[in-house]
Parts: sequence; C-alpha cells; structure tokens
Amino acid sequence: MAKYLLRRLAQIIPTLFFVSVLIFGLQQLLPGDPAIALAGEERDPETIRYLREKFHLDEPLPVRYWHWASGVLKGDLGDSVRIQKPVSELILEKLPVTIQLAAMAMLIALAIGIAAGIVSAVKKDTWLDYVANVFALWGLSTPNFWLGILLILLFAVQLGWLPASGYVSPFEDLKANLSAMLMPAFVLGNAIAAVLMRHTRSAMLQVLSSDYVRTARAKGLDERVVVLKHALRNALIPIITLGALEFGTLLSGAVLTEQVFSIPGFGKLIVDAVFNRDYLVVQGVVLFTATVYITLNLLADLAYFLVNPRMRT
Amino acid sequence: MRCLALFFSVVAFSVNAQTLRIGLAEDPDILDPSMARTFVGRIVFAGLCDKLFDLDEKLGIVPQLATGYEWSKDNKSLVIKLRSGVTFHDGEKMDAAAVKYNLERHKNMKGSNRRGELAVVSSVDVVDAATVRINLAAPFAPLLAVLTDRSGMMVSPKAAEAAGDKLGAKPVCSGPFRFVERVAQDRIVLERFPAYWNKGQIHFERIVYQPIVDATVRLANLRSGQLDFIERLAPSDVPQLRGDSRFKIAKIVEIGYQGITINVGKSDIAQKNPLGKDARVREAFELSLDRDAIVKVAMDGEAQAGNQWVAPSNRYYGKSAPIPKRNVERAKQLLKEAGVPNPSFTLMTPTTSDAQRIAQVVQAMAKDAGFDVRIQATEFATSLNLADKGQFEAYVLAWSGRADPDGNLHTMLACKGPTNYAGYCKEDVEKLIDESRTSLDPARRAAAYDKIAAQVAKDRPIVYLYHRNWLWAHNAKLTGLRTVPDGMVRVQGLKMN
Amino acid sequence: MKKLLRRGGAIFGLVVVALFVVLALAAQWVAPYDPLATSWSAVRQAPGAAYLLGADELGRDVLSRVVWGARASLLAGVVSVCISVACGVPIGMLAGYLGGWIDALISRITDAMLACPFLILAIALAAFLGPSLTNAMIAIGISATPVFIRLTRAQVLAAKAEEYVEAARALGNPHLRIALRHIFPNIVAPLIVQATLAIAAAVIAEASLSFLGLGQQPPAPSWGSMLNTARNYVDQAPWMAIWPGLSIFLLVLSFNLLGDGLRDALDPRHK
Repeated sequence: MAKYLLRRLAQIIPTLFFVSVLIFGLQQLLPGDPAIALAGEERDPETIRYLREKFHLDEPLPVRYWHWASGVLKGDLGDSVRIQKPVSELILEKLPVTIQLAAMAMLIALAIGIAAGIVSAVKKDTWLDYVANVFALWGLSTPNFWLGILLILLFAVQLGWLPASGYVSPFEDLKANLSAMLMPAFVLGNAIAAVLMRHTRSAMLQVLSSDYVRTARAKGLDERVVVLKHALRNALIPIITLGALEFGTLLSGAVLTEQVFSIPGFGKLIVDAVFNRDYLVVQGVVLFTATVYITLNLLADLAYFLVNPRMRT
Repeated sequence: MRCLALFFSVVAFSVNAQTLRIGLAEDPDILDPSMARTFVGRIVFAGLCDKLFDLDEKLGIVPQLATGYEWSKDNKSLVIKLRSGVTFHDGEKMDAAAVKYNLERHKNMKGSNRRGELAVVSSVDVVDAATVRINLAAPFAPLLAVLTDRSGMMVSPKAAEAAGDKLGAKPVCSGPFRFVERVAQDRIVLERFPAYWNKGQIHFERIVYQPIVDATVRLANLRSGQLDFIERLAPSDVPQLRGDSRFKIAKIVEIGYQGITINVGKSDIAQKNPLGKDARVREAFELSLDRDAIVKVAMDGEAQAGNQWVAPSNRYYGKSAPIPKRNVERAKQLLKEAGVPNPSFTLMTPTTSDAQRIAQVVQAMAKDAGFDVRIQATEFATSLNLADKGQFEAYVLAWSGRADPDGNLHTMLACKGPTNYAGYCKEDVEKLIDESRTSLDPARRAAAYDKIAAQVAKDRPIVYLYHRNWLWAHNAKLTGLRTVPDGMVRVQGLKMN
Repeated sequence: MKKLLRRGGAIFGLVVVALFVVLALAAQWVAPYDPLATSWSAVRQAPGAAYLLGADELGRDVLSRVVWGARASLLAGVVSVCISVACGVPIGMLAGYLGGWIDALISRITDAMLACPFLILAIALAAFLGPSLTNAMIAIGISATPVFIRLTRAQVLAAKAEEYVEAARALGNPHLRIALRHIFPNIVAPLIVQATLAIAAAVIAEASLSFLGLGQQPPAPSWGSMLNTARNYVDQAPWMAIWPGLSIFLLVLSFNLLGDGLRDALDPRHK
C-alpha cells in the first residue's frame, strides 16, 4: 500500500514536467509575435521592443523555458501582460468562482446522472430505460454554448426569472450568486450527467445481479429498499471515484460556458489569454489545474484502492 | 427646521446613491493612460481620468482640465492655461508641474504607447502654476486633438512615482470617479470623487463597467434590467429594440473606418500578385464593389459608405474623390486591358464576425467581375504579425479612429508609418501629408487632404469601405447622453430619472 | 449483432447516422441551392416556399447549408477519431507490450496530456495550426489521442497476462505476430465502442472550436460555424440556429446511443 502510494507520487513529477513542457511549447509556438499582438493599435516600435525585452522573446526557447520554470519553482508564475496582474493573483481571484461552478455542476450531474442511472438499470430494456438514457444523453449531445444561449433567452429575457449573465460573490449576496450560477452550472453538469449515468447504470447492473442482492430479495425485502439501500450503497463508490476524474471534463466544458455566461473563472481566463497571446497566464493556469487534476486522480485511485478489497492484493 | 434639512439631505443622498451599470464589449487592458492600448479602455477612462481638452459632438476642441490655449507665432509652441482648483483622487494638486510630469511620462516611460503621438514634442516648460508651454520640433496641427485622448490624460505624479509602470493596477487620476476595484474580466468599479471640479454634472454614486463579450448576452442583460447601458449593440438587434419603449438607441458615425488593405509594396508578394502589382486590377476590384449593398448586408444599414480615411460627412473629406459607383462592365474591361481577366488573390480575414461578413460579401461581389477571392481566416493576433511582415495580399482591417484626420492617415500611408501594412510610399503624397500636419490653417489642411485623397483614390493601397455607426442602447430613463463620434461614454450630465 | 439489434436505442442511432451519411454523400443532389450562393434580397428571409428552412445573414439557403454541412460535421467527427485511433492504438500497444521505461515514458506523457483540459489543448493546437476545418480535425484528433493510448495499453496489459499469449511466446512466435494475431482482436470491441463515442464528442468539439472562430471557415458550411454565426441573430432569425443545432443534436445523440448499444452488445459483462 505504501509502496503503491510512493510509486504514484514519484510518477507525478515527470508528469508535471511534461505538462509544463507541453503547455509552454504550445504557447510559445503559437504563430505571431506576442509583442506585436500585445502592442496595441498604434504598433509603436519602442513598445514592441520593450515587450520583447520584458518577456525574453529574443532568447532561444530552452532559455525562455528555464526563465519560466525556475520562476514557477520559486512560486512566481509571472504577470499577465495585458492587465499587469500577477498570474498567481489571478488564479486566487478566479479559483473560488471555478470551484463553486464545478461543485454546483457536479451536484446537478450527480442528481441527474445517478437518478437516471438507477431508473435505467432497474427498468432495463423498457421504455423508461430509453427515456432515462436519452434524458441523460441530451446534455452530452448539445453544444453547451448553444444550450447556454437558449437558456439565457428563455429564463432571463423572456421569463425574467434568472439573471442573464455575470457573477456576484456569495459573500456579497448569496441569493444573487446562486441565481446567477444556476444556469451555467446546469449547462455544465448536463454533459457530465451522461457519464455518471453510464457509470451508475453499469455499476448498478453489476450489483443487482450479485449474490448479496439476491439474498436481500430472497429475504422478502421491499424492492425499493433493495435498490436504494443495498445496491446503490455498493455502487456509489465506483461512481464517485470515477466522477472525480470528470474534473478535467468540467474544466473543458467550463471554457465555453463561462464565455457565454460571463463567469470570471478559469475557463474564460485561459481562452482570452490564448487569443491575446498572454501566454504566461495560459501556462500558469494550465499548470495549476493540471496539478489539481493529477492530485484528484491520485486521491480517487487511493480511495478506490482502499475501499475495494479485490484490488488490494 | 433642522429636521427639514436632515430630511432633504437624506432624500438627496438616496437619490444620488445610484449605480450606473455599463456593459462593455471587451475587457479593458491596463488602466494607465500611458500604457493603455485598447479602445474599450478609453471608455473607462471617460469616467476615471479627465484630460486637458475634450471633444464636442462636431469634433471641436473644448476645455476640460485646460481652460484655453494659444499657439506661438511660429506655431512651434503651444501655451496652455490650466483650470485652477483641480485635485487628483489622492488630494495632490493638478497644476503645471503635474502636466509637465505627465507629458514627459507619456513620452519617456518604458512601455508607454503614447510616444508616437507625442513624437514631435521636444520639451515642456512650466510657465507658472497654471500655465504650461509645450515646445515642438515642428508645427503639428493634430496636437490639440491628441491632447483630447490618452496623451492628454493626467495622473497624479505622486502616485505615478510610487507605482511606476504598475500604476494601472490602482490608477489615480482627476476624473469625476475614482478607482475602487477591478476583477479581471468581471467588473471595474468606480465611485464618485467628491472633490471633482465639475461635480454638479455628476449624478451617480458609482459606475460599474462589466465586460460581456457576446453581443446577444450583453443585450439580454440590458433587457433583463441588469445593465443600464450597453455599448456596441449589434446592428441586427436594432429593429426589435426600437419597438421596445423601455429602451432607447443612440447612434453616431464613428471617426474610424473599415477597409481592405492591399499589399502594394510591403514585401515581394506585392509584385507577385496582380492585385498588388497593377493599379488597374485594383481599380477593377473597387469598381466591382457596391458599398451601399455592403453596408446594407454586412451592417444592416448601420454604417456610412466611404472611400477615404474620414467619412464623407467630415469637413476634411476630399470632395474631388467621390465614392465610385459599382461598374462591373468597366471592371471587366480594365481586367482585360491589364491582361488578367480572372485574377485570384487571398483575402486575409480576422476571425471576427464583422470581418467575415465583409469578406464573404466582397467575395461574392468581386466574383461578378471575374475575381476569385479566397478567404483566408486568420486569428487576429496572427494576422497582425503576418501584416507586419508583409505576408499577405489583401487584409480586412479596421481602424478605431482618431479625432484629427492625421491620426487616420499618417500611421498607415506615410512611408515610415508604423501601421503602413500596404507598404505605400510616394514622395508627393509624403510631402502633402507633411503639409497637412504642419499647417494650422484648416483651409490649407483641407486642400492638402483633397489632393492626397485624389492620389490615394488612384493608387488604392487601401480600399476604404465604410464607417460604422456607434450603436448604444440604454434604459429609457437615462438622460443626458451625448453622442460624440469618438464613441466614448461621457458621464458628465448622465442622469437616471 | 443480434444483441445490438435488440436495443432499440442503438437501432435508432444506427438509422439516424446512416441517414446523415447518405445525406452528406448525396448533398449535391439533395440540396436545392448552391450552399455558397448569396442573395442580397433574401437576407434572413423566413422559411417559406423559396427557402424551405429560411435564409441566412447573406441570403444563403439554410437547408442547402445544413445538408452540405453534414459533410463537414461528419468529417470532423470521423477524421478526428481516425487520427486519434491511428496515433493512439500503435503507441498504446507499444507501451503495453514492451513495458519498461518505454511504457513509463509514454504513460507519463499521456498523463500529462490528459491533465490538460481537452478543449484547451484543442484550442491551442488549432490556433497554432491556423483556423480551418482540417486543422481543427488534426487538433481534436491529437487532443483525443491519449484516451486511445490508455485504452489500448490497458487491454494489451490484460491480454498479455492471458495464458495463450504466454504459450505463443513460449513457442517462439515473433512479437509482431503475437501483437497482431492474439492481442489486437481483443481490443477491437472496446475500441469500436470508444471510437463511436469519441466521434460524438468530436462533432461537439468542432462546433466548440467554430464558436471561437477556429473551425470551418466561411463561406464553407459546417453546423458549428453556422451556429456561431446564428447566435447573433437568435431573436430575428431563429431558423438560422434551430436547424444546425437540431442536426448536431440528432447526430451526436445517435452516435452516443449507437456507442452505448455497441458497448452493451460487445461487452461480455453486460447482459
């Protein structure tokens, strides 16, 4: 067990190294001179020269990587060129927003996915199975930016129930915060609901045909108790651990959802930075999210490992 | 009696305790007038930083921090009289020393983007506490217009000394509102500056600027009541909003332009492509275009067709080069004469929806004359780079515009202009451009511009297409809005009833 | 196959996918207009006799563009996944079969790619290559490769432990033959399932990239770029968005249903 943990921890370092190289390479190799892109409409040659100097743009790639990487190891992720804020400050600013969005989306996904999965497994091959299937798949099948715009037009403009976009801090106004986050969290959670539905369905099917459940049924227990109390409890662990791995999908989905709903989270930050060639922001944020993802992965594996007696041998 | 006074002051306070919520089309960049690079940042500056002079609806120069000016006899120095009693947000006095500090900062600070505009300024003298003299290397007519923009904005020298190039994180100016906070990509919050010299004109306690990139969502925010004002309403949204009595639309023709820049000499590509090489091919291309149809289809009519760097309604528009009408037959004839009946070229198009619509319409129109226009969609940042290196044949490019026509001309068509992507350099035009900048007589300037327009219309390094309407939409209860062609949202006089 | 046909959802999926493929192949006979033909008088015309599904912002027929757009969207889905499979499977087999430091290296790089959000990778790659449908396909394909590497590697590791493989090695069979003859057939089933589901995700990814201006470029039609343009006109010309949106939804849903059905049919654990 300890050996497994140590082995996994040792793997994190080369992985993070490759992440850093990957994201650095992608940014630096983007076509276009970042100095010109950042120089503004006037294209003043002095400004361009100043920017090239500031970001070591005239030095060879490995040297630039070293400047950045050594800074990262010291805790300095650099500054955003566009608005002159340190990247670490930007991350801290956006982190609570993204965490809240991800958490709400996950809750919605769990609610929809698990419910649909249970129905689908229990009522397998009936029309309820198909309905539950399509209901969960619907989220995966629609581009989230599209769904977002439709929802805004319906709930914000036509009905006026929810705000069209934007973000209010929960400490400022909790009600406004929740109503602003509801639609984006729904749009985001929709897509993951399908994945969770599949996991739930297969886990439930496995458990429902197991001896344990057959015994419970033989004992004459009510079917609903069998399903919810016994089967679900056992199926829940793989569902949740697999769900933790969806963090990456969440962030991917957040990219466009945040654009449409104007939520100032990581997704919006990264996309705008790519197009503005504010590459230190992209590198810093991706490195941060990759670290979080890898850690979550590790924790999920550990949880699975600990809980599942079969894996321990 | 005291109760009454208290009651009135409470009422007055609650009437004043109002927040104006403005929706922007992009997130501004650095909020430092020396380093700022975006159009949308200037909208925030309109509430944050006062400048020496301002513009009125007819692009005339009016006083703001300065009360008057006088050119010397040789036109090589400008004496500016300053308003007294103005303080910065940190309490420091706005005086001649502060102006001198700021102008030098604009010119000399590393990373300053104002250098080009103030290139001709050689030194600044403090004559007395309320008078400043700007000395120029040569007469420069656009100077006053330059001082109505970021180069004329004054920051507190004390704050600037302390923060250096990090002033943008917490700007300290002397405008009607002072900086409170900024959350990147979310909002910029300003609060009323009680010691503002023109405080009678300010009727809001706070302004919140919110960048919302998607035009549909921005409008949705206005319609659902979350915003009071939005800039850059989409032209296609105008008809339906007009029918809604809760909102009003304001519009004015911009001082910028939308056009197609042609590589006529920036790189050897110019010689390899018939469009860049032969003026007849360019003429044929222009004759295949119907500008009114372009305006109607691409901008839903919300633009003024144009063929120069200033709009036809501008006083400096060259009347001897009117907008040519579409003439496909003549275009085909010209192509035959030039020996290329079916020329083909690549139109580099940034991936913005405006540029793409233009490109597609142009492609369809030019096809009638025999042109094969290939649209090459390029990410904006990349396209700038390629243009800078001359790696393009034609480029759909807009310019946000400057109050003085020189600002729309010099940088693109002067031989050493920083944004001269066309690679255009003609000695006689260069001389005329010089004349138009150094002469302060509007009649002489207009004459020079007329001649330049005639020549540029023949050479066609840039095919100007139209000048957009700035489209603003706001809550009908908001009054006092002034539509100035520079597209800025001036907060003085704005009131919510 | 019989098991597949028993699942109604999968049949529906298969039928719809087949319909779209036929539509895409027969585009030039089915589409009433040239999808690139503009008409200034028909700008944003409502659906009617002349334009069955309405016209777009440049007066082009929405129906024709949807039909031709099927080609772009199907291509985006299929070609991207082909790239992922063509790159991912050999690398995964290499990692699983050879083990040792090669496996460690490949696994770490795969982990690194999976740790970056998929869409961010795709955006960066597409921006790097330049906005076009081809480059979007390459970008999506490369970004989705790690999933197939992982999948293949896991299957190879499981198969390697099987007795018949050990027996084959003992008999002195060359590696390549073992890989192709014994291991590969085992991974085909889960691969097909994953590929089908990946096509669904790739079609959505193309739409997402188009939303950001990095996918199929105008004037050529693709459902994603049509949606991107349509979002400016949702109130005035909803038909510009409804039909491509519906098409994406149907196609992706069908691939998802088909993939789920295939998984049920081919996975021995599911009954």
